[in-house]
Amino acid sequence: MSKTLIRGAKVLGDRALDVLIDGETVAAVGTGLDADGARVVEADGQILLPGLVDLHTHLREPGREDSETVLTGTRAAASGGYTAVHAMANTFPVADTAGVVEQVWRLGRESGHCDVQPVGAVTVGLEGKQLAELGAMHESAASVRVFSDDGKCVDDAVIMRRALEYVKAFDGVIAQHAQEPRLTEGAQMNEGTVSAELGLGGWPAVAEESIIARDVLLAAHVGSRLHVCHLSTAGSVEIVRWAKSKGWNVTAEVTPHHLLLTDELVRSYDPVYKVNPPLRTEADVRALREALADGTIDCVATDHAPHPHEDKDCEWGAAAMGMVGLETALSVVQHTMVETGLLDWAGVADRMSFRPAAIGRLAGQGRPVSAGEPANLTLVDPAYRGTVDSAGFASRSRNTPYQGRELPGRVTHTFLRGRATVMDGKLV
Amino acid sequence: MPLFPGGNPRTSGHLISAADLTRDDAVRILDTAEEMARLADRPIKKLPALRGRTIVNLFFEDSTRTRISFEAAEKRLSADVINFAAKGSSVSKGESLKDTAQTLEAMGVDAVVIRHGASGAPYRLATSGWIDAAVVNAGDGTHQHPTQALLDAFTMRRRLIGPDAGLGRDLAGRRITIVGDILHSRVARSNVDLLNTLGAQVTLVAPPTLLPVGVEGWPCEVSYDLDAVLPKSDAVMMLRVQRERMNAAFFPTEREYSRRYGLDVQRMERMPEHAVVMHPGPMVRGMEITAEVADSGRCTVTEQVANGVSIRMAVLYLLLGGSEHAGGSGNTATGTAETAATTGTAARTEEK
Ligand SMILES: [Zn+2]
Repeated sequence: MSKTLIRGAKVLGDRALDVLIDGETVAAVGTGLDADGARVVEADGQILLPGLVDLHTHLREPGREDSETVLTGTRAAASGGYTAVHAMANTFPVADTAGVVEQVWRLGRESGHCDVQPVGAVTVGLEGKQLAELGAMHESAASVRVFSDDGKCVDDAVIMRRALEYVKAFDGVIAQHAQEPRLTEGAQMNEGTVSAELGLGGWPAVAEESIIARDVLLAAHVGSRLHVCHLSTAGSVEIVRWAKSKGWNVTAEVTPHHLLLTDELVRSYDPVYKVNPPLRTEADVRALREALADGTIDCVATDHAPHPHEDKDCEWGAAAMGMVGLETALSVVQHTMVETGLLDWAGVADRMSFRPAAIGRLAGQGRPVSAGEPANLTLVDPAYRGTVDSAGFASRSRNTPYQGRELPGRVTHTFLRGRATVMDGKLV
Repeated sequence: MPLFPGGNPRTSGHLISAADLTRDDAVRILDTAEEMARLADRPIKKLPALRGRTIVNLFFEDSTRTRISFEAAEKRLSADVINFAAKGSSVSKGESLKDTAQTLEAMGVDAVVIRHGASGAPYRLATSGWIDAAVVNAGDGTHQHPTQALLDAFTMRRRLIGPDAGLGRDLAGRRITIVGDILHSRVARSNVDLLNTLGAQVTLVAPPTLLPVGVEGWPCEVSYDLDAVLPKSDAVMMLRVQRERMNAAFFPTEREYSRRYGLDVQRMERMPEHAVVMHPGPMVRGMEITAEVADSGRCTVTEQVANGVSIRMAVLYLLLGGSEHAGGSGNTATGTAETAATTGTAARTEEK
């Protein structure tokens, strides 16, 4: 079995240690470890994190292979330091049967760049009318535990209640895309001063908050596990904070772009900034950062949403919603959370690996960096400064809102069960 | 050369939003339009100013009124005119705005007058590098309709100050009330921007459902009470209210809307004697305005139509550098006005 010695990396940003990988596991963590024939990675000044875990990735396969495939998407994930991603169910066909989730799971195994955990649809065809065969998806080879109609909201209160109750039988969780559909008909951007000026249909914060408020009450009532996707408003933070204070089983995620960008960018009418949920205000960004710092928001999830060039190279109203995010997530978190002093690197490990893995109940992911654990590891050079250039992306799509922007940090190595998927900043 | 319009370097050389016009830009356009209007009183209404220049009217939405107005303006300036009604053409079959733009670019057009259902489409066309031509926004979604705001301001200046007395002047201190569906109105947005730039005080009147969230940030007052505002208005602009809005619960019934926010003769009498009633058309008689008011001498609807041609002539003339063709006189408002008048004479001689 191959051995790798990572020498002198600050483990979770703390003490500089040597980490010896033997085969698929971490064999030893300590000082002055003997290379003993192992390949040596000099990691002076770098940060060693547990492999990142994304709860919210759109890999687009099957159906939209023009924008991303499981192969290209997992390569993008590895580049960004991820060792596991949850693949959202809004594919064509929808991942609402055991057959489709097994197909995605198998494609993930074949790609080998990171683990792919399929998410199952809550309802047939994401239509919100009839429960999909949640049990069959759980019992399939994909062992689905996270269910979501992401892209659409499970807006019917009875269907949502039943879904929450039903998945208790196998420790499942419903990940809700909170968007009241009637309040967002024709919505194009955050409703506020900018939308009023630009004449774009308003997407009110209350359309998100009212669904979250209802859902936390439903989850409490039936004693189930609820996960709230991509929180985007200060009001949503308040509701989740309140639900957690009651001891209810509610978790939440925030995207990197909602930690950094605001609706002021929409003034350019450039659809690269068109996303669901929409970019909000400066006050929302501040509340989201604080909530991620204090743990009200459990994790960062990318909502990596690749789109082909033509779907963004058009007028705002005709453009698709979404941004790619896997390859820039860690840099945005370093920029918005670490360099602002809101979160240390141990906090980053918690919000980008430990907690998302725990929510998804992923075995072998989001584990501490210690002897005997699976060697899923990410090495980051925090001193790196560079300009984002989508031409270098591993993703098939280029719809990044950070093109040309300077962001800190770079993933130099990613290890998936001991095997390097990224070496010296390059995909293996 | 100074930027024109000068309010936003990103869109200089185009007319995308009334907010991009400085006070001096706006007054210059109004003054040039005044010269154009005088031309309309002559037997030969044509100027050779844009001879050899090609202008495309690219209409993704039906609007015969606006299209005809631009077309008349373009023809009076002797431009070659291409009408491209994108509805029902390749565009509705999925060809993108970008492809259409590049087709027009390949044809070598000098200006594109665009009407589009999506807010921001003209801005995209002007700023995304798809095309080099000057872009004139003829109405985009619920965003802007700058030539409408200019023709409204022109109408107000003529009525409230006078065609000659108004030259070189703005609308400082005038009180303008805009009533109706503000939420869905590009006319309201453009008018608030331009009237504010020209020094007027604007009050919007509408039921709260038809005002956008965020209107608090606009440079104007907001009222829910039409009767209270009318006596303090120099001009009252009634906006069209579509009956379908009722079905989306913006207001309960047509009857209730016209009772609370419609303009009838009794209400009109609350206005000061000199005050005018305006409407961008098309009117929904019996809804926001009664037939009696619409047909009264205080209503400027037909004048607005005539003024629209003058304003659009002025905008195209200034954007396409008409002065070069008309004798190269300067960029000041008076300079332009003089050359316009001179070439008017030349045109008459030539076409005899
Ligand atoms: Zn979503």
